[in-house]
Amino acid sequence: MAVQSPSLDIGGAVLVKPTPSSASRGYWQSVGRRLRRDPVTLICAGLLVLIVLASIAAPWLGLADPYKTSMIRRLYPLGSPNHWLGTDELGRDMFARLIYGGRLSLFMGVTPVVCALLIGGLLGITAGFVGGKVNMAIMRVMDVFYAFPSVLLAISLSGAMGAGTENTLLSLTLVFIPPICRVSESVTTQVRGFDFVDAAKASGASALTIVRVHVLGNVLGPILVYATSLISVAIILAAGLSFLGLGVKPPEPEWGLMLNTLRQAIYVNPVLAALPGVMIFITSICFNLMSDGLRAAMDVKA
Amino acid sequence: MDTLLPIQDRGGPAQPLLLATGLRKHFPVAGGLLGRTTKVVRAVDDLTLSVAKGETLGVVGESGCGKSTVARLLIRLIKPDKGTMVLDGDPVDEPHGITVNELRRQVQMVFQDSYASLNPRLTIAETLAFAPRAHGLPAAEARERVRDLLAKVGLDPVNYADRYPHELSGGQRQRVNIARALALRPRLIILDEAVSALDKSVEAQVLNMLVDLKKELDLTYVFISHDLNVVQYLSDRVLVMYLGKIVELGPVEAIYGDPQHPYTKALLSARPSMDPRKRTREAPIQGDPPNPINPPSGCRFRTRCPFAEDVCARAEPPLADTGTQAVACHMRVAGSGHSKAVAA
Repeated sequence: MAVQSPSLDIGGAVLVKPTPSSASRGYWQSVGRRLRRDPVTLICAGLLVLIVLASIAAPWLGLADPYKTSMIRRLYPLGSPNHWLGTDELGRDMFARLIYGGRLSLFMGVTPVVCALLIGGLLGITAGFVGGKVNMAIMRVMDVFYAFPSVLLAISLSGAMGAGTENTLLSLTLVFIPPICRVSESVTTQVRGFDFVDAAKASGASALTIVRVHVLGNVLGPILVYATSLISVAIILAAGLSFLGLGVKPPEPEWGLMLNTLRQAIYVNPVLAALPGVMIFITSICFNLMSDGLRAAMDVKA
Repeated sequence: MDTLLPIQDRGGPAQPLLLATGLRKHFPVAGGLLGRTTKVVRAVDDLTLSVAKGETLGVVGESGCGKSTVARLLIRLIKPDKGTMVLDGDPVDEPHGITVNELRRQVQMVFQDSYASLNPRLTIAETLAFAPRAHGLPAAEARERVRDLLAKVGLDPVNYADRYPHELSGGQRQRVNIARALALRPRLIILDEAVSALDKSVEAQVLNMLVDLKKELDLTYVFISHDLNVVQYLSDRVLVMYLGKIVELGPVEAIYGDPQHPYTKALLSARPSMDPRKRTREAPIQGDPPNPINPPSGCRFRTRCPFAEDVCARAEPPLADTGTQAVACHMRVAGSGHSKAVAA
């Protein structure tokens, strides 16, 4: 019998002796290995870490007071002594305000996406796994949100609820729930169709256990990658709302609001007026490139 | 955990292990306005079968005849529209019977696609331990069982337990799938085209392993395949399906030695011969099976049957016992009105 005598067993253990170098690697280990060979993603991730750390540590960096105005030092150009990135229209130090501004801008970019990820992911995975009428109900509600362009939806929600950080967060969360829900639903539906989910069902395990063990591990990757790409959109939307006066209120430093208040300076000192935009640009492009890199690194079978 | 010990036989050898009566599954085809159901695919229609303890029941038929639907119905991965199932005397999913989960404890399934049926993110050990763990087996015992299962299917536990599915060959993956089906110590295993995707040499090894496992673990198989030779090799009884219906059912010697239904005859003569002088020159039956959305009236095979007459379009032939096997053909029913009907 082929099975009992291993020396005849082609499919068995004899011919395929694993050497230590070909030892089993987990999926995440292979993703990490791939990421380490991707300089663009590494640079973007490094820049993001720098921006995030600087924002968090802003009060301890010995920066100038970002709220201290000075009528005589208004709109200093770049490279001025003591203000190497110049001063804004109220004479506040631009460098300090840009660093401090990162706190709010990043917070407003990441928080809504994280909240939307929890809610939308839960809804989407439920819709995808349960299917049928539940799927129909959840996804059609999401379609209603899709009927409005996201910027318009964010503006009208913020407008209706009034300006302020909390309301901006809330409206941005609502804006991001439908797309995350849709992506979660589609990957979950795809995974649900695989035989291993059927096999798990046939083992008599509960739906919750099946989702936890067999579905989550296969859908979280794509959902997280998508969510990362939304952070840049959230930063831009939050900045846009602040620019329109619907988000953060002055005198808080926030990149979108700074763009707004520096608008008049564009004829006097255009480079200065563009600085907050440059920060938004760098941050969001880093998030986008990093999400691309993640997608590429994770786009492998197992 | 006593719940995971092998389940003892209760009804004795004469009681069928699994008895399915009048199973029916029609899949709605969404169409028309607002996705209303306008048509149904009649995948399985009033199918009655019994599986005796310790036997291998082969199920053959063309692609699309409902073989896989039968497999999924038997393990309740899809819910039948109609029909009852009795497992060793216990009705399934009925007030005084056993639950679907208890059925799945005793009935397991091996899928065709060895790759899609393994979670790519789990190691082999995690995959095999999943069902026992979900049934409450402690981690240490589950590890022990995984070692045991891998050894049973001829894979060295030390080398394979911590590997991922993509690191295995097709044959090795299918061995893992078989091991998973064994993990709950079931009594009946449904093998849905379980060896069809394998190379011939690997297929033979896996088939031999299945035969050995059956003896060792006292298993019963429902073996679904389109490969007539494999079914002949493995089965005790054979069930021939056409468009969701049984056309012939009987012991393997009777079906292969003396096929009674024109469809079975055509199917068997379509087998390539080992002898080049006996090669088949003409296709025994023409065309594709009709669309199961609108199956032909009366006998479903009549559109391709060389002996079809008026009666075949009018009435559906019953599954008549001919002594050795059961055949659903008007020619085998005395007084059916068919000109070639057997004498009463």
